[in-house]
Amino acid sequence: MDTKTHSLSLANPAPQNMNAMQKLSVAIGLTGLFIFALALFNVQLLFKTAWLYVAIIFILAGILIYSLSTYKKLPPGIQNNGVYFKSISAKGVWGWATGIVLTLLYVFLYWFPQYLGMGKEGNNNTGLVGFFDPLSYFLNGHAASQWFVYGVLYTMAIVGFGFKFLLKYRHNKYQQVRTISVMFFQLGFAFLIPEILTKLNPTIPYFSKDVKNMWPLNYYFFEDWHLKAMLEGGNLGMFILLFGLAMIFIISPVLTYFYGKRWYCSWVCGCGGLAETAGDPFRHLSSKKLNAWKFERWSIHTVLVLIVLTTIAVLYTFLGDPANKTWITKDEFTIGVVIFLSVVIAVIFIFKRKQLDKDVKYTLAALGIIVVGSILINFLSGQKNILFIDSNQLRSWYGFAIGAAFSGVIGVGFYPLMGSRVWCRFGCPMAAILGLQQKLFSRFRITTNGGQCISCGNCSTYCEMGIDVRAYAQKGENIVRSSCVGCGICAAVCPRGVLKLENGDEKDRFNPQAILIEKDKITLAG
Amino acid sequence: MNKSHEHIVIIGNGISGITTAREVRKKSSQPITVISAESDYFFSRTALMYVYMGHMKFEHIQPYEQFFWQKNNIGLVKALVTKVDTSVKEVQLDNGEPIPYDKLVIASGSKPNTFGWPGQQLKGVMGMYSKQDLEYLEACSPGCKHAVIVGGGLIGIEMAEMLHSRKIGVTFLVREAGFWGSVLPSAESEMINRHIREHHINLKVNTKLVEILADSNNNARAVVTDKGETIECQVVALTAGVTPNIAFLQGSGIELGKGVKVNPFLETNIRDVFAIGDCAEQHEAIDLRKQVEAVWYTGKIMGETLAQTLCGNRTAYDPGPWFNSAKFFDIEYQTYGWVWPTPRENEVQFYWEHPGGKKAIRIAYNKNTRTFLGINCFGIRMRHQFFDKVLREQLTVDTVLQNFEKANFDPELFTTYENDIRAAFQKNHSKLMTANGY
Ligand SMILES: Cc1cc2nc3c(=O)[nH]c(=O)nc-3n(C[C@H](O)[C@H](O)[C@H](O)COP(=O)(O)OP(=O)(O)OC[C@H]3O[C@@H](n4cnc5c(N)ncnc54)[C@H](O)[C@@H]3O)c2cc1C
Ligand code: SF4
Ligand code: SF4
Repeated sequence: MDTKTHSLSLANPAPQNMNAMQKLSVAIGLTGLFIFALALFNVQLLFKTAWLYVAIIFILAGILIYSLSTYKKLPPGIQNNGVYFKSISAKGVWGWATGIVLTLLYVFLYWFPQYLGMGKEGNNNTGLVGFFDPLSYFLNGHAASQWFVYGVLYTMAIVGFGFKFLLKYRHNKYQQVRTISVMFFQLGFAFLIPEILTKLNPTIPYFSKDVKNMWPLNYYFFEDWHLKAMLEGGNLGMFILLFGLAMIFIISPVLTYFYGKRWYCSWVCGCGGLAETAGDPFRHLSSKKLNAWKFERWSIHTVLVLIVLTTIAVLYTFLGDPANKTWITKDEFTIGVVIFLSVVIAVIFIFKRKQLDKDVKYTLAALGIIVVGSILINFLSGQKNILFIDSNQLRSWYGFAIGAAFSGVIGVGFYPLMGSRVWCRFGCPMAAILGLQQKLFSRFRITTNGGQCISCGNCSTYCEMGIDVRAYAQKGENIVRSSCVGCGICAAVCPRGVLKLENGDEKDRFNPQAILIEKDKITLAG
Repeated sequence: MNKSHEHIVIIGNGISGITTAREVRKKSSQPITVISAESDYFFSRTALMYVYMGHMKFEHIQPYEQFFWQKNNIGLVKALVTKVDTSVKEVQLDNGEPIPYDKLVIASGSKPNTFGWPGQQLKGVMGMYSKQDLEYLEACSPGCKHAVIVGGGLIGIEMAEMLHSRKIGVTFLVREAGFWGSVLPSAESEMINRHIREHHINLKVNTKLVEILADSNNNARAVVTDKGETIECQVVALTAGVTPNIAFLQGSGIELGKGVKVNPFLETNIRDVFAIGDCAEQHEAIDLRKQVEAVWYTGKIMGETLAQTLCGNRTAYDPGPWFNSAKFFDIEYQTYGWVWPTPRENEVQFYWEHPGGKKAIRIAYNKNTRTFLGINCFGIRMRHQFFDKVLREQLTVDTVLQNFEKANFDPELFTTYENDIRAAFQKNHSKLMTANGY
């Protein structure tokens, strides 16, 4: 192996010193965080409420000033100088430190919220959670929870770093509009509207009021407590339930057909929103190795099978309980699921068999066999639980392993080590469904511009989903990949104008209309 | 699948040599050996700058993972070919046994031009072509406050961007009246001049290098220009073009000119010896191209063409309409067909520049037939397929402009300028804008 290969870029390039403004902005932002730290350790502050707002404003101002002092003085264009020289973005000490802090934050959020000050068993909040009480009362009329704190920080991150992203890509309108969109959906749909709706409807039980957060990303949508809450939630509850169903079965398939999965993953989704804004400095860290791709396809489809199973099991139990008043019976539901899944699988196999990779075939087969098979067994044997497993158990495993550990701890905690889309790429069942549709029934593709590719590798390097874009571009082939979230960064960083995200006629999506003579479709191993 | 057992030996693991190897392997299982002295694995020469600027690591500019070569049974040898003996059909190496061949492909690329400038051998003076050049620049960078670049072409401007990214001051000496004046018409050249200066590069046009001065340790310490100016610097980059890298073939009996002389089938005067890529020189130029074409994609097409021949389907090199692209700091450039710096006979040029001064197009067409001849695009991406078709079918400039929306390749939601461009065209080049099928 060529060891010099690695030393080359690490040969101590000129340090990328911060200018005075940047230093000032970092100091302002850290002051804000420091106030949070004081609150976390229960340091008693006079005018506590005022300090909360001061801290929030300082952090946002810090990010704002940093962004302005970094990008405003440079002519508009791609700003990737030194990405692989900076400790934070090249898995150096700062990268690791950030990864560890983020990971710990998630561990506390999910499993030890009391250390963040969450009051247990009716006790008042203290610490950081208590610090956020005033804002929580103001917005939703309740005391804060660790999730409220998380929601505020999450939204601040998307809005603050979204602003930074807007400046960084101020020459690129696609990036700007897309980023304003994720900022809007996070601030409005994920944060403000649900809080305000909660305040306006103080008596109804809790259910998710974030209409854009759809199943199966929102894996508890069909859980019994959530269904009950929506059913008992009056008009609002009914609206959320119906809208949620419409999202899954109508809105999403239609939009994905016309625009690809990007309409969700990089324009609307909150997980995507964080990845595209706060996660942007880490996007290049995703592995482009063939083995990573192989792993990805198995892991993401496994999660999909798991969530479908869990949801069916939970719904089955829910419907089997005579205490729940619902429109359909357990048996009708079972028949419905069997028919629906059989039709979906049959349509895919009949019309798109040729485009299916092996892992997708196995996934579909697994879904088909497990789901249809076990439903029939249970149906015929009259059991209460599907699959012979207690649905509650299944659900709590899923919640722990996938909902918390995977999407939170690994998904965000590992940003500085594995790139910003670890969850979206390896875990998100929503991405799996949208991806399947994107590959098979969609007008979206990335067009390769004839023979202009110079194999430089910028596109592959900066693809947060770890897609080896160059492998297609240098052959003059279009890119039609289920995992592509349509962020458009590959097209932005390409120095030769080779890539264009487009929606167009389905029939010439794959066409490698290469200008070079490489027209025979024989491929090489690898 | 071709079952031949003939051993194909390829000198050079650049885009030309590697394309040949890959394409042959698709069609045949015969033994293939690729020899290169530069690197273990194929990398993209065009991307060297991004490694220096920290956009990527060296591993990222290698388009294939390391397992690829073994898996596809392509033999890689790291050695310098010192001599080719065509009488016994073998190549001699600096570090091992000679390698016998049945078919020999010479894809040895180029080397930077030097013009015998006094001081060009000093420490800190370099070209920018190979991985070793990049390593040398890396080694020189820590002590470097100021650098001088000599030669206003594509590699020169890349060097300026590279050095500037490391906060090294840059003086850029350009012999012509503006950047890349031998290729770009003056308006575009002027636009790029402005942009170079916007990036705080000290651009000196109409200026030639006279000599490079040394300090007591034989390090470059300054350059002297023909304007009598002495510019202090620690690094001098010589980027005044490239020439074929063929010195090791002297005396081999293979016919050499500027490069390795080849016919349209990329065959040399010696049976079973072929040459492709930067190092090949056509006996006669193809359409308006140069006899030696030192660009990425022509190397690729030559590699694909030669693979056909090597696998029994003798094929002539037919590159189709000319195209190319580059990026000058933040301004992307694409060109399709021929646009000359000054119009040739019967040729008219239409130029449009955006008021912001960073987007422009120039279209050349035949003033009698109105046939579209070529386009230069700055800051607006255009669709290769569109112009490939236009040029092959010799459509008119009017047809092109009527269908200009279809040519646009900018990302979605970008502001488009087709109407502005058409309006500007109609003003001075009106003739016709009738509907006319593209
Ligand atoms: C910095 C830079 C940027 C460029 N950017 C662009 C661009 O944007 N667009 C574009 O179209 N073109 C660009 N070019 C030109 C393009 O890279 C070349 O045309 C192309 O790489 C030539 O490929 P090749 O395979 O013919 O030769 P090379 O890539 O030069 O490969 C030849 C290989 O053979 C090896 N070799 C030579 N002699 C021997 C020997 N005796 N023994 C063993 N090995 C030997 C060399 O070390 C080298 O590794 C750029 C060139 C440079 C230097
Ligand atoms: S392929 Fe391009 S658009 Fe798709 S996810 Fe990767 S970088 Fe984004
Ligand atoms: S960034 Fe553009 S030129 Fe570079 S490898 Fe990707 S498609 Fe090709």
